[in-house]
Order: sequence, then structure tokens, then C-alpha cells
Amino acid sequence: MPMDFKMDIPSSSALNEGEEKDVVFDMAILGGGPAGLTAAVYAMRKQMSVIMISPDLGGQVLKTSGIENYMGFQYITGAELSQKFSEQAQLFSIKRLQESAIHLKQIENNRFVTRTDGGREITSRTLILATGKRWRKLNIPGEELYLGHGVVNCAVCDAPFFKGLPVVVAGGGNSAASAALDLIRLNCKVTLVNYSPGWQADPVLMKQLQGRVELLDQHQILEIQGEHDRVTGVKLMDRESKREHQLETSGVFIEIGLIPNTEVFKGFVALNEYLEISVDCATRTSRRGVFAAGDCTSVPEKQIIIAAGEGAKAALAAYHYITFQKH
Amino acid sequence: MALLDEKIRAQVQPQAQALIKPVTLHVFTQELECQFCRETRQLAEELAAMAPEKIKVAVHNFVLDKAEVETYKIDKIPALAVVGEQDYGIRFFGIPGGYEFTSLLQAITMVGSGDAGLSQASRMKLGALIKPVNLKVYVTLTCPYCPQAVHLAHQMAMASPLIRAEMIEATEFPHLANRDQIMAVPKVVIDGIGSFEGALPEALFIEKIIALVNGGKT
Ligand SMILES: Cc1cc2nc3c(=O)[nH]c(=O)nc-3n(C[C@H](O)[C@H](O)[C@H](O)COP(=O)(O)OP(=O)(O)OC[C@H]3O[C@@H](n4cnc5c(N)ncnc54)[C@H](O)[C@@H]3O)c2cc1C
Repeated sequence: MPMDFKMDIPSSSALNEGEEKDVVFDMAILGGGPAGLTAAVYAMRKQMSVIMISPDLGGQVLKTSGIENYMGFQYITGAELSQKFSEQAQLFSIKRLQESAIHLKQIENNRFVTRTDGGREITSRTLILATGKRWRKLNIPGEELYLGHGVVNCAVCDAPFFKGLPVVVAGGGNSAASAALDLIRLNCKVTLVNYSPGWQADPVLMKQLQGRVELLDQHQILEIQGEHDRVTGVKLMDRESKREHQLETSGVFIEIGLIPNTEVFKGFVALNEYLEISVDCATRTSRRGVFAAGDCTSVPEKQIIIAAGEGAKAALAAYHYITFQKH
Repeated sequence: MALLDEKIRAQVQPQAQALIKPVTLHVFTQELECQFCRETRQLAEELAAMAPEKIKVAVHNFVLDKAEVETYKIDKIPALAVVGEQDYGIRFFGIPGGYEFTSLLQAITMVGSGDAGLSQASRMKLGALIKPVNLKVYVTLTCPYCPQAVHLAHQMAMASPLIRAEMIEATEFPHLANRDQIMAVPKVVIDGIGSFEGALPEALFIEKIIALVNGGKT
């Protein structure tokens, strides 16, 4: 294995203790994925004062092994692309707070206060909501109990613990297919279990899996079983024949799609039926001064290039909003 | 062949040269039967070469140099102790490559600045600690969330004389990972006391550790 070395030093940009007191930022960006990072670059080029509140820089891209559809790179790993994104954002003196937003409110003079899980309160003139999505759960017995003990929701982080072992990957989309590919490389015996009929993953990925993994289409995982604090198997049901059967496995990788990180915004801005933030074509939410971009919004198609583009739009929209307000 | 490419060098060198206080990287190694000993040593030497005035490397043989092994309490290799004006108990077991390279740079920068960089509130909380504790932070090199946990543990070690903090690269020490039941990272383990998974923000991370160590009393 060639050794690589990754750098992400928050450096001078980290928000010091108490630094937020009596400061009003032009923009607070919630989320450090492609949407938030692109918004940061655009806002800094407009010389706005910007703070990024996010537990990580990279978002879902950090969890992606390989990307083949971001323009300018025929192939790039998720780790490399997120590093390039954060390097570009950190070229500017953007402030960074490595925490999550837990509450938002609007105060006088059209200002917004974001409270974080670290107990900080950040005041800003505009908000960019770019909190993306997170893994959906199976919501079946055993899932919570064995999380971290065989149930995995960060494949790139934890795959090495399953080297050579039998594993189940739940899901039929791109993330499930790419997790399966990573696991094959670790000599795992992989069973890919898809609930819905047909595979949603790109045909190019499915082709790479043919003959190398067991594909169970239209199957439901009913239960994750274990012994002595470890996963030992799953109970499956063929959704056509309704027949149930057991499968021995050491790991269950859950890759069944995503839900938006928008709980914090409920009641603050309008959400659609999928709990995504409703935005218009200029990234405006239902509340003036609050913009949203990327996977957490109602914009169709969740892709890096789209999230990045929307992030750029949101920053420019916020800039125009502030310029208009000042006059 | 160099481990660190030109681009990384260009970024790291100014930071290394800007260190206020000297830092010594104590590398514990042996010639045979150690997967990444050679690379860990080379990594330390390449970092030191960028700012020879600021960063020194001391290489110790794990089998022969018993005094140093004892002093720095090293029980497995490759091991790296990041030592400043004093030994704060900051350790890396296994190579700090991949995402953990960030943790190593952060440890060097922190020790070289003489400041753990924790908030006033966190330092107060650490004052409530009632006994010595060794924090073991298990990682993999492909885990983007792990450096956050490693660095917080190292910050705590620097801020409190009662704390020592180790990064342990799980795949290089499978017997330990097995014993501590590591199947997900980052995972913080305190021997005989407890463990938790996941990267948490500073305030929560420290509260969790103090609650574990002080038996629920924070
Ligand atoms: C396994 C996998 C493979 C993929 N492969 C591809 C691909 O090949 N090509 C492609 O184009 N797309 C791919 N995608 C989709 C792509 O990653 C997303 O569309 C893109 O990352 C969305 O960017 P975003 O910035 O909107 O959100 P995210 O990337 O989800 O980032 C959201 C950010 O918000 C932060 N956050 C969450 N909650 C809070 C809070 N309360 N406060 C503050 N911050 C918060 C998160 O920590 C994160 O930094 C893949 C996704 C996955 C999961």
C-alpha cells in the first residue's frame, strides 16, 4: 500500500475563545461540504466576513472512495477532492468553528444567532444553510445495538476491520456499490442486498461488481443478529416469495440512502415533504437573509458539482442581499 | 524515495520553521518484524529536515534502549513521542500516515507553541480530574473523523499532567484492536474504565472523559 499523507490544519482560522463576542459576521455558513466550501470561496472573494460552522470539512465527499464525475478530474479520491476544496477555502482568512449548529433564531436588525453544540453563539447578517445529508437507518432490531460492533455507517473508516470476512452491504445505489467494491479489494465475501427491484447504482459500477459479489435483489433485512457484542448474521426475506432465511456475516454496511440534516431548521425556514429546505432558483429560503444550498435543499439531483454550483449561487445571493440592505 | 511530496513540504516547512519552542520526535523502532517502523522513522526525519533548528529526531531501538523505552513508557512499535520542553505524554503508535498526518502536524505545532489551545472552560473542567488517565484513541488511516479525536486527546494531555494520550493505528496492532473490541473508529478507550465511539466537539469530548474517569462526577 503506498502511504499517503493528508493535511487539514485549521490553523490561524480557528475561532478563538470569546472572539465571537460583539462581532457580527456578514455570513455564517452552516456546513463544510462542497456547497458550504464553495459558498465560502465566493463570499471571501466578495470580501465579506465569513464564519464556517461545521464539524468537518468535506462533508459526504470525505466518505466517498472514488469520484469520476467532477469536472476537471477524470478520477479523484474523495479524500483528495475534499482536501483540494478545503485548501482552496482556507486560502482566504475565513473563520472556522469546528462544531454543529443546534439552534437558530432571528433577532433585531435582521440578524441571526446560531447556537452550537459547543455552547457558542454566532451572530451574522446572513445565513447559508448547507448541512447536507446523512445516512438513513434501516430501523430494524439489532441495528442500534451492534452499531460500531459490526454495523457500519462509515465504510471508508471501518472497512479495514472486516478484511477477509463475510459482509453484507445494504443498499442498491452508488454508495452501496462503491462500498462493495472497496470490500472486495479487502478480500471480503460480499453480499449486496437491495430492498427495491432493480439496481439504482450507475451501470458502470454494477458491471464491476458482476460475478464478484452475491447480488440479492428485492430482499429485506429483517434483523441484525449477534453474539458477545458482535454481529454474526442477518435475517433476510425474499420480498417476492416472502421466504425468510439466515445469512452469516461479520459486518453490515448500511448504504441505503440519505436524509437531510434539517431538524435544526424546522420552524425556522419552510421544509418540503422530504424535509428538504424549500428554495427558489436563487437559493432563497422562506426567510429573508437565509439562503440554502446543496443536498439539504429541494434542488433536484444530489451531486458534488450541483452542490458546489448552488453554494456559489447562495453566496452571491447573500452578497446582493447585504449590499441592498446597506443602502 | 521521499515520503512527503513537494507540495506537502511547501505547506509544512513554513509552519515547522515558525515553531516557537523546539520539539523532539522520539522514534522507537527496530529493524525487523515491524511493518511501518522504517517509514515512521523516515517521516520524522523528513519533518525534522525542514526545520533542523526547531525539530530534532531521537531514534531509539525498542529492544536495546531500555532506559528510553522505560522513560517514555513504550510497549509497542513503531512509536513516536512528541516532546517539547517537557514530556506531555503525547504518543503515536503505528505510522501517522493518511489522515493521521494531520494529527502529527497538529501535535508538533501545539507542543512547539507551548499552548494546548483548549478553551478556558475546558481547562477548568480538566481541573476536576481526580486520577491519572491514559487515553487510547484507536484510528484507521482512512478515517476522516479520527484526527479530531486524536488531537483533542493530545490537547488534554498537554493541558493536564494527569493525562497521557495515545493514537493507536488499529490495523497495525490487530491484537489490541481485538482486545479492545475495535470495529469502528475513532474509539477512545480508557483501560479498566470504559470507552466511547465517534468524534465529539471539545466540550462534550472532555465532559465524557471526565465523567468516565471520575465515575459520573464532573
Ligand atoms: C458514498 C457516496 C458516494 C458519492 N459519490 C458521488 C460521486 O461520485 N459524484 C458526485 O457528484 N456525488 C457523489 N455523492 C454525493 C455528494 O457527495 C453530495 O451530493 C455532496 O457531498 C453534497 O454536498 P453538500 O455540501 O450539500 O452536503 P454534504 O457533503 O452532506 O456536507 C454537509 C456538511 O454539513 C455539516 N453539517 C451537518 N449538520 C450540521 C450542523 N447542524 N451544523 C453545522 N454543520 C453541519 C456536515 O458535517 C458536512 O460538513 C456521493 C455521496 C456518498 C455518500
